Amino acid sequence: MKAAVIVFPGSNCDRDIQVAIEQSTGQPCAMIWHKETTLPRLDLIVVPGGFSYGDYLRSGAMAAHSPIMRAVKAEADKGVAVLGICNGFQVLTEAHLLPGVLMKNRDLRFICRDVDLRVEATDTVFTRRYRKGQVVRFPIAHNDGNYFADPVTIKTLEDEGRVAFRYCDANGNVTEAANPNGSLNNIAGILNARRNVLGMMPHPERLADMLLGGIDGRPMFDGLVEALAA
Amino acid sequence: MSAITPEIVKRHGLTPEEYQKVLDIMGREPNLTELGIFSVMWSEHCSYKSSKKWLKTLPTKAPWVICGPGENAGVIDIGDGQACIFKMESHNHPSFIEPYQGAATGVGGILRDVFTMGARPVANLNALRFGDPSHAKTRHLVSGVVAGIGGYGNCMGIPTVGGECEFHPCYNGNILVNAMTVGVADTDKIFYSAAAGLGNPLVYVGSRTGRDGIHGATMASAEFDEDSEEKRPTVQVGDPFTEKRVLEACLELMATDAIVAIQDMGAAGLTCSTFEMASKGGMGVELNLDLVPKRAADMTAYELMLSESQERMVMVLKPGREDEARAIFEKWELEFAVVGHLTDTGRLTLTMGGKVVGDLPIDPLAEASPEYDRPWVPTPAPKALSVDDVPAPNDPLAALKRLIGSPDLCEKRWIWEQYDHMVMGDTVGRPGGDAAVVRVHGTKKALAITTDCTPRYCLADPKEGGKQAVAEAWRNITAVGATPLAITDCLNFGNPEKPKIMGQLVACIQGMSEACSALDFPVVSGNVSLYNETSGEGIRPTPAIGGVGLIKDVTKSVGLALGSDQTLIVVGETTGHLGQSLYLREIAGREEGAPPPVDLASERRNGDFVRGLIDAKRVAACHDLSGGGLLVGVAEMAMAGGVGAAIEAPQGTPPLHAWLFGEDQGRYLLAVTDAAAILADAAKAKVPAAVIGRTGDDALTLNGGHSISLAELKSAHQGWLPEFMSAP
Repeated sequence: MKAAVIVFPGSNCDRDIQVAIEQSTGQPCAMIWHKETTLPRLDLIVVPGGFSYGDYLRSGAMAAHSPIMRAVKAEADKGVAVLGICNGFQVLTEAHLLPGVLMKNRDLRFICRDVDLRVEATDTVFTRRYRKGQVVRFPIAHNDGNYFADPVTIKTLEDEGRVAFRYCDANGNVTEAANPNGSLNNIAGILNARRNVLGMMPHPERLADMLLGGIDGRPMFDGLVEALAA
Repeated sequence: MSAITPEIVKRHGLTPEEYQKVLDIMGREPNLTELGIFSVMWSEHCSYKSSKKWLKTLPTKAPWVICGPGENAGVIDIGDGQACIFKMESHNHPSFIEPYQGAATGVGGILRDVFTMGARPVANLNALRFGDPSHAKTRHLVSGVVAGIGGYGNCMGIPTVGGECEFHPCYNGNILVNAMTVGVADTDKIFYSAAAGLGNPLVYVGSRTGRDGIHGATMASAEFDEDSEEKRPTVQVGDPFTEKRVLEACLELMATDAIVAIQDMGAAGLTCSTFEMASKGGMGVELNLDLVPKRAADMTAYELMLSESQERMVMVLKPGREDEARAIFEKWELEFAVVGHLTDTGRLTLTMGGKVVGDLPIDPLAEASPEYDRPWVPTPAPKALSVDDVPAPNDPLAALKRLIGSPDLCEKRWIWEQYDHMVMGDTVGRPGGDAAVVRVHGTKKALAITTDCTPRYCLADPKEGGKQAVAEAWRNITAVGATPLAITDCLNFGNPEKPKIMGQLVACIQGMSEACSALDFPVVSGNVSLYNETSGEGIRPTPAIGGVGLIKDVTKSVGLALGSDQTLIVVGETTGHLGQSLYLREIAGREEGAPPPVDLASERRNGDFVRGLIDAKRVAACHDLSGGGLLVGVAEMAMAGGVGAAIEAPQGTPPLHAWLFGEDQGRYLLAVTDAAAILADAAKAKVPAAVIGRTGDDALTLNGGHSISLAELKSAHQGWLPEFMSAP
């Protein structure tokens, strides 16, 4: 699997995701500067977490207009897998690769902790190694993770099974108490209509190493390798 | 030229005697820019004039110390050609005036100190002290400081992995915000600040210079009064996005060999940085202020030299390497300007608009910086408190519940969940443990990092308190299985011109020195913050210690979470010392007596024994015993693991409440499976050790009868801070 991570000024989870991907692929994962205008042939493009452009204006808004994003869109349109994590999810919504917006957390504070997620869609290259309804533990670390979209969009996402992950309690119940940031329908991650673009606030790359407290994130990368290694 | 009146001299914080020295050095009356430069260079904050004499007495050497105090940060060897670079610094005054920006720029400043030396920062910690929770400003200050620390560190992508937070009325008008950064570099890629090479270009990088923070260093060297909040314009505004780019650009340039010397611009900005570089290298500097990138076109020489605008660095490059360096900084969309060059005049010459606007001799100014032997009086020895004078509680478990739900002992999750403590993917020991454990990227080894101080001990007996602060840092690092290597310190005290306060500073340093020597735990960097007084009331002496240790195999590190079917062993002697304990304060409502003495020989013996057990994989969980004593320690381990324990207290002396809540030093609680063998080994090593209970179930049970559920304990422990912060 040929993977690359896009690096914006202010990206700061770029190395973390590179480490997680290389752990699963055993191959180097390229880092691509945002000023580039073309991409090599890739199987997976990652838009990493961080504070691209310092979250100034709106989180993700400036990065969405970086030169490289035109190429990312073109590749996504061709069906290449694109994964946006945390700030990467925000960038993908601002770039209109995914619908909706990520607003300030309900409690107006940055939150960093492990959360339980229910896997809702497994028919994707990102989630094929999980079971539907499986509860996994990923960390979140964000100011703006409160997913919002208009009722028609939410209905479409739900009807088309495009909600990939939902915040839940340890038993898989989707409750208000288990919703860390106020997201509509406890949405933690969504897919585009073609299911090759996933945006999610939680960080699978942060729990892909037993020493760090868990490996629930690892099946995502192993699954991508399995699906995309050609 | 404007005449310098005594009033102007006074406003620059210089005494008439100091001004006479200025005249002697200059051989003429200085202009305002020059006076401003003397003022900041000789401020307490930059010159350490009150503390220098005593700081020199601290132990600073060990075979693993690569660079001790005097550079931007301390450097120690962590093997495999790698070094750990770290420092702690205060940002107390700005944080009280403007908590978000004050705390944020405190983090930004300490990060720069570390990456200036070539290290990639890998962890941030902090030591916070606020006033009485019932004080009208406390909640606002906690909220702003925590958001500011998080705002800066999170955006930088450096995990904030640990720290401490306490409350006491003595900090009502003068909170303490001490920030620590730890970084990792290759030992052959460490950068220093001594300028060298006649004619070499002096380069300015980072943000533009604005009018913010002018005379911040002078502000930090004066007492507060009611008008202090009017000083808000002297608090700088931080921009972590710029700092992140400065970090990446500097590290990129440092990977080449283009840099001769580099220094960040912190307190007193361009003045302090150029002086330090020139003075250390024995060079002169010619600086063209027209070339300094500015935010406002009409800034004066005075403003440019004294601005404390953040996220700026100055460096000396090898000749001809300017274009290569410029390309890197332009890639990161940062300012880059050649603003001058090195000379052999031994002078700092400032030009603007083609005219010389300042001309100062470097060495005489730096060397003549005042050093005071301020008068001091020893702190009277505290009256020891007899255990018989402290009433036993009706219900020890109810007392425990109150203690772990008190502001100082309650869970600080509300704080550390606002810090990204996992970014960089190496946080093995997250906040809430004895020491944070951060793996050195790409290796099997890890750094153990902690911040510690017990100001109530330091007030009662500054020398024992100074010893205890160092010993507790050493113990916390030991408790996760690491070998303690070195410390940084942040000495927060009141007005040193008062002999009583000066006596506290002297004795704390003496106590620290003893502990550093006995524990092979030298001081490699630090910072002094004096004049922490408001309207004549000083804070408690607070020598915050930041300790760093190394564990060679991170998989051997242990946490404090109990498991089932383990035996609890207390290592170290329990005499039931209640003087200055949290039990005495929180349950009996008294703050008195002598603090627990620190026996450094047994501290070392006990710690080395525990570390050996952890290294031999014979310990399932370990916790250092400190504030609140043994029962609080058991409760913390039980809550962390979600497993209860049955405690059997010994009969006879000390009385039960003293045994449960005494704060005797040099102790650890271990959860083990081969208790008998460990007790035998302890006896051989002459280390006191005793079995005090077994783990299991979901409650704490005392002497086979009375019990309290973990759920009840957790609700008390976790409840206080979120409730306090969300109260209307």
